[in-house]
Amino acid sequence: MDDPAAKPRRRFLTVRDVTKTFRVGGDTVEALGRVNLSIDKGEFVCLIGASGCGKSTLLRIIAGFERPTAGQVELYEQAVTGPGSDRGMVFQDYALFPWMTVRENISFGPRQKGMAKKYVAEITDEYLHMVGLEKFADRYPQQLSGGMKQRVAIARVLANECELLLMDEPFGALDAITRESLQLELLEIWARTGVTVIFVTHSVEEAVLLSDRVVVMTAGPGRVEADIAIELERPRDVSGIEFNQVRRDITQRLTSHVGRRELKAVA
Amino acid sequence: MSTIPSELPAGAAAAPVRRLRLPQRVRGPLLAIAFPLALVVLWHYLVVMTGTRLVPTPYQVGVMMWDFIFGGIHDDAFSATIGTHLLASMQRVYGGFALAIAIGVPLGLLIGKVPLIRQMLDPTLSLLRPIPVTAWLPLSMIFFGLGPRSAVFLVFLGAFYPILLNTIFGVRSVDIRLFEAAAMLGCDGSRMFRQIVLPAAMPSIFNGLRLAHGFAWILIVVGEMTGVPTGLGSVIMDGRTLSRTDLVITGMIVIGVAGFLTDRIIVALNNWILRWSPQHHG
Repeated sequence: MDDPAAKPRRRFLTVRDVTKTFRVGGDTVEALGRVNLSIDKGEFVCLIGASGCGKSTLLRIIAGFERPTAGQVELYEQAVTGPGSDRGMVFQDYALFPWMTVRENISFGPRQKGMAKKYVAEITDEYLHMVGLEKFADRYPQQLSGGMKQRVAIARVLANECELLLMDEPFGALDAITRESLQLELLEIWARTGVTVIFVTHSVEEAVLLSDRVVVMTAGPGRVEADIAIELERPRDVSGIEFNQVRRDITQRLTSHVGRRELKAVA
Repeated sequence: MSTIPSELPAGAAAAPVRRLRLPQRVRGPLLAIAFPLALVVLWHYLVVMTGTRLVPTPYQVGVMMWDFIFGGIHDDAFSATIGTHLLASMQRVYGGFALAIAIGVPLGLLIGKVPLIRQMLDPTLSLLRPIPVTAWLPLSMIFFGLGPRSAVFLVFLGAFYPILLNTIFGVRSVDIRLFEAAAMLGCDGSRMFRQIVLPAAMPSIFNGLRLAHGFAWILIVVGEMTGVPTGLGSVIMDGRTLSRTDLVITGMIVIGVAGFLTDRIIVALNNWILRWSPQHHG
C-alpha cells in the first residue's frame, strides 16, 4: 500500500454505525450490527468473510439499493439515500441488459445524462477498448462468455464515470483461468483510472492479490472483525513467501472466528 | 462394407444418411400440408359415403370460394365480395386488437411495477375477467348500437385480458437486478418504463399478443352477430340463416387464413424485436 500520509486526506466514503435487520416471517434477523468503515479515494478494499456475514448487505447499502436500519453511509460527507451514478455495482450474475448490445450496455449511463451522441460514442469506444471488446461491440450479452459479460459490466459502470466501483463476488462464477486474467485486468484498470474499489469476495487469495486493505467480517450479526493493510509490493506474486504469510494470517483470523462461533453454538 | 472406419471425417459418414432424407426445406412444408390434405380427403369420402346434403363436399366449398373471390358462378349477393367483407372484419379485428394493446400494455406495465395501482385495480380486473365476452353482447349493443363499434368493443374485451395479464406477468418476472443496474446508471421514472420495464417484459408481452390476436379473430364472428351488414362473421351468420353451409365453411376458411397470416406477421415482428433472445423466437 502507498503511504497513506503522502495522499491528500479527503474524506471519501464513511460507513457510520450502520446496522441492518431483516424481518423473515415473524423473526428479526440481524444482518449487520454497527459497522464502521472509512475508505479513502483511490483505495482498493476487499470485504471478506464467511457467507452470511453481511458483506453483500453492506455493499448493497453503500450502493443505495437497501436502507440501513440505523446509521448512515456518507459519500463526500453527504448521506447516501438511494442508488446513484457516482457508485457503480458489478454483480456476480452480471445484470447486463439482455436486449442491448455490448455497445448499448456500455453507453447506457452516458445516454441517461443526455450527452451528445458523438460524445457518447467516444466514451463508449474508449471503454470498449479498455476491456478489449471492440470486436464484440454489436453482440448481445447472450452471445458472450461469462468473462466477457463481466468485462462489459465493468465497462458499463466506468463509462458512467462512477467514482466508487462496488463489486459483489464478481469473478465467483468464472473458471480459474478467466478469473485470473480478469483480476489482472481489473488491477490495470484500477491503476489507470484511479477509481475506488470495494470488492466482496470469500477467497483470501483473491483479497490479498488485489487489495490495499482487507476488511475481515464475521457473522452473527455481521461486523468488522479486522481491518488489515496489505503492504506487499505490486505486482504481487501469488506463489511468493511473503504473499503466503499474509494469506495464512488472514485465513487464520477467519477460521479461528468460525471455530469460536461453533463452540458458542454447541454451548 | 458395413463397418465404417472411425478415421473417416464426419461428413463422409453422414453422407449416406443424408441421402435417405428429403432436404429440410422441402420436408417441413410437405409434412405441414400432408395432414390437412388427408383431412380434406377424409371429409370428401365421409360426405360421399353418408350421402348427407347438410355438409358440402370440399369441391363444392372450393367452387364457393372461387365465386366469393372472383364471382361469375353463383352471381348472388356474395359473389366477388371477399374484399368488402375481409376488409370490414380486418378493420374491426385490428381496431379492437390495437385498442387492447394501447390500453393493455401500459396498464399492465403500471400494475406490474407500481404496487399502489396494483392494489387499486387488480381486484376489480380479476372480478371482471371471468365474465365471458359474449355476456357483454347485450350491453355492448346498448352502449355502442347495432354496428361495427360494438364488434370492435367485443374484440377489444377479448384481446385485452391476455395482453394485460401477460404484460403484468412479464414485468413481475423481470430480474430485480436489472432495475437496480438501471437505477445506479442514472435511469429513473418514466425513462425506467420505456428503457427497462417495457423491453424486459417484451417476451411475455408478445406471448400475450399472439394469444390475444387469436381471440380477436374468434370474437369477430360474435361481434358481427350484432347485425352489421358486412364482415366475415356476418357472412357466416347469413350462411347459417340461408342454410348455405358452403358459404359458412368458406367464411371459416378465410378467417383461418387471415388469422394465420397475421400470426406470421406477429411472429416475424417478435423474432425481430426479440433478436437478442433466440429462445423466445416463434
